[in-house]
Amino acid sequence: MPNMAPKKNPMPTQQPKTRACNFQEVALGYDETTALDEAARCLNCKNMPCVSGCPVNIRIPDFIEQVKAGDFEAAYQIISESSSLPAVCGRVCPQETQCEQRCVRGIKGEPVGIGRLERFVADWHNAHAVGKPQPAPANGHRVAIVGSGPSGLTCAGDLAKKGYRVTVYEALHTAGGVLVYGIPEFRLPKTIVQQEVDNLAALGVDMETNVIIGKTLTVDELFEQGFEAVFIGSGAGLPNFMGIPGESLKGVYSANEFLTRSNLMKAYEQNPVTPIMKGGKVAVVGGGNVAMDAARTALRLGAEKVYIVYRRSLEELPARKEEVEHAMEEGIDFRLLNNPVEILGYQNPEDPRDPKNGFVQRMRCIKMELGEPDEKGRRRPIPVEGSEFELEVDTVVIAIGTSPNPLIKSTTDGLEVNRRGGIIINEDTGLTSRTGVYAGGDAVTGAATVISAMGAGKVAAKAIDEYLQGK
Amino acid sequence: MNRILEKRALNPTVTLMEIEAPLVAAKAQPGQFVILRVDEAGERIPLTVAGYDREKGTVRIIFQIVGATTEKLNHLEAGDYLQDFAGPLGIATKTEGLKRVCIVGGGVGCAIALPVAQKLHAAGCEVVSIIGFRSKDLLILEDEFRAASARLTVMTDDGSYGEKGNVCLPLQQMFDAGETFDEIIAIGPLIMMKFVAETAKPTGIPCTVSMNPVMIDGTGMCGGCRLTLNQAGQKVTKFACVDGPDFNGYEVDFDEAMSRASMYRDFERHAYEETCSLFKKEVQ
Repeated sequence: MPNMAPKKNPMPTQQPKTRACNFQEVALGYDETTALDEAARCLNCKNMPCVSGCPVNIRIPDFIEQVKAGDFEAAYQIISESSSLPAVCGRVCPQETQCEQRCVRGIKGEPVGIGRLERFVADWHNAHAVGKPQPAPANGHRVAIVGSGPSGLTCAGDLAKKGYRVTVYEALHTAGGVLVYGIPEFRLPKTIVQQEVDNLAALGVDMETNVIIGKTLTVDELFEQGFEAVFIGSGAGLPNFMGIPGESLKGVYSANEFLTRSNLMKAYEQNPVTPIMKGGKVAVVGGGNVAMDAARTALRLGAEKVYIVYRRSLEELPARKEEVEHAMEEGIDFRLLNNPVEILGYQNPEDPRDPKNGFVQRMRCIKMELGEPDEKGRRRPIPVEGSEFELEVDTVVIAIGTSPNPLIKSTTDGLEVNRRGGIIINEDTGLTSRTGVYAGGDAVTGAATVISAMGAGKVAAKAIDEYLQGK
Repeated sequence: MNRILEKRALNPTVTLMEIEAPLVAAKAQPGQFVILRVDEAGERIPLTVAGYDREKGTVRIIFQIVGATTEKLNHLEAGDYLQDFAGPLGIATKTEGLKRVCIVGGGVGCAIALPVAQKLHAAGCEVVSIIGFRSKDLLILEDEFRAASARLTVMTDDGSYGEKGNVCLPLQQMFDAGETFDEIIAIGPLIMMKFVAETAKPTGIPCTVSMNPVMIDGTGMCGGCRLTLNQAGQKVTKFACVDGPDFNGYEVDFDEAMSRASMYRDFERHAYEETCSLFKKEVQ
């Protein structure tokens, strides 16, 4: 008999007050008993609506059946047929708009906690698995992957399992891309990312850090070196700013910079080598997952007050529901329907050499109201005349998205990009305008999710295999 | 990991290193930069390429000891390894078609101005160089500049060597004497580049400056290196790592760049002192 409890088993978490002061993981994961109980809520529907909601089509009911049976390793094997990074996806996927949104149990009550079960299975495997994955017999073909984020790692993993000799080129000094520099430790521990990278290494994938494709080597040179196909998963690029006065004041960061300083460069540690502004009052502008990550990072760095300033309402917040809830529990102050118009800095009129000169002091905002829906169906925010007010802040983090990185485009002849700079691909194959060159992830779509990037890496791996086998 | 093949002190605060980095050496051009980390826990710092040997696969860096990281770097010796060395990054200095150029270098900036001068000189361009230092004991690369220049003026703030005064003085004299150039390329402290641009502006001669702001990734991701250009009355945000490091000196908002450069001054001073006292303890 299925477990007909209307609600998911809650995810055990660190208490909000405790976790707001540390960088350890917020969600603690199900134990075996809870996982078995949650798995029993799955009705094992014949038509499997959840699977079509998953960008990499994990056989969800099948893995949950194995959890029910207590064979967690078998469950892991089913997930890993489709996903290269289960421990990552179980943590950062927006399940509520994907698999879980289509779950039949969600019609009358809450859907099955698919993401939580995925995480449980992956963590169980990582804790109990014996031996490393073995490389597949080599098929003699070489493929280069640009970028070691979710799309690159997925593409590399799928190709390595088929026997390709894969080299991944990473511009930074550590592999993992946004999983390492962007997503904070408290949401995705770096040991988990490292474990996934180590698994790829065990499959025979070669990881070359400190190589910037488009600069150190070009895509054409990769072909000259004997690679037969190239996958570009170079990720999102330069941060967008609002174009309002004061964005160059000291204390204004892009979310990319703020998070990279904290995550990749470990500025959150006691005596960091890389500096970051800690404490005081912090305003994060934006409403996506990156904005939530930045706000919660600022809090953990010791801020006395953290605001999220977002121009639409709670309903339109693009961040994962769970992250918004966690942020609210931790005491982040959501200033919705507010838009910054100017950032103001300190300037001592008496002393031009005052060391406080040029640092952020206040942010002027204007209240917004929602008008008619735009072409995407989101109601357009309109400024309310005369409603301007000032927030006292010391640090401002701008988290309003990114524009594609120009490095590869500008050094690869014949690689076509769209108006916004995203690489143009055939969506069914990931193929770009250049023969043998494939692309996926944020480099194509602009800022999106880990799982959609993984889906793109997967599509491209399949297409690259078909292309090289047909050659 | 990249091996240090040679280390040489150019003056008490400026050190030259030859780094084994074949991939970077194969591509590097004057004006480009690298990002390096000294050790596993180290910060990423940008350093402009001071030279390269494509055959030997080596890249030359010249750095001034100004903080914790450069202090640690200076404690490494030939045979030691750098943790990371990535590049070449940024856009190379444009030298095509230039027939007569004035190169203005200030302090350790001379180290990155030199390869530009050498490249121009080798291409048959007439290079007129002005290099400036605080005092005689901080002078670097004089012979190298002399070899790459049709004419060299050395300036020191205190007059302990060459002419007394800043680099704008001889530049102004050249303009007053009716000299003209295809371009002025200024590389040095922000304040120097600001005043070179102001001095040159009335002549209308193109003036290129090399910006070296705070960076983390150096590849167009963090945006920390942003600066503001005033283009025809419009403020435009640019990123030194991918749009530069060279910019039109008449457009750069130097005051803003100087303010941003001081963002972590307290932190840096503290970190530097900590590092120095750590090294002192080790010695004891």
